Amino acid sequence: MSVSVQQADFDAGAEIAALSAGRDDVGAVASFVGLVRADKAARVGADGTAAVQAMTLEHYPGMTENALQEIVTQAEARWELLAVRVIHRVGRLLPGDRIVFVAVASSHRGDAFAACEFIMDYLKTRAPFWKKEETPAGGRWVDARESDDHAAGRWDAGK
Amino acid sequence: MTVKILFFAGLREALGTGTEALALPDGVATAGGLRDLLAARGDPWSALATTRNLRVAVNQQMVGLDAAVKSGDEVAFFPPVTGG
Repeated sequence: MSVSVQQADFDAGAEIAALSAGRDDVGAVASFVGLVRADKAARVGADGTAAVQAMTLEHYPGMTENALQEIVTQAEARWELLAVRVIHRVGRLLPGDRIVFVAVASSHRGDAFAACEFIMDYLKTRAPFWKKEETPAGGRWVDARESDDHAAGRWDAGK
Repeated sequence: MTVKILFFAGLREALGTGTEALALPDGVATAGGLRDLLAARGDPWSALATTRNLRVAVNQQMVGLDAAVKSGDEVAFFPPVTGG
């Protein structure tokens, strides 16, 4: 299990390959890559025409890494996982840039799929990152979305 | 001994500072009490009272506003997180 918070980009293919390198018990690797989207008109309300030109990710150094580790530990308690990799970028990112990577290795796909989604859902609501968007109209902190709370909450009621 | 207080994101910008060391006065024993103490300074500190769904972490663990706070703790206030 490995967690990184970094400015640098990552190579998703290399990260996925590393999860099963040198072992023959992995039957499934599920992965997720989150990207900066330029067109967020649907979620910005009245000034919805302002396209995102760049985004800066702020975080809480120290707590961030601990929070991600804690989320992975919870996933490991729920499912049979063989390896987990989480990378979250911080700093200034441009549309199309990769922001976040989660990959989960397991013996079978069911656990890998579920744990990957669980980690992303919990990360969205529990890891201390904040996005500030740059638009032609100026800077704007992204509002938290209730749908993210609902997505994380459905895991509380069981699988 | 003091508490180390941290602010992040839009709250940090509104307050114009990201960190403060404060001697905890008698009678302030919870994160919510500390929030109220700071907010009572008036603008811009009232942002601590008006931020929707204000989150708090004590010693880097997300907790409720009723969580205990004591000298030596690190207390962070911030808006709901928006990573991923």
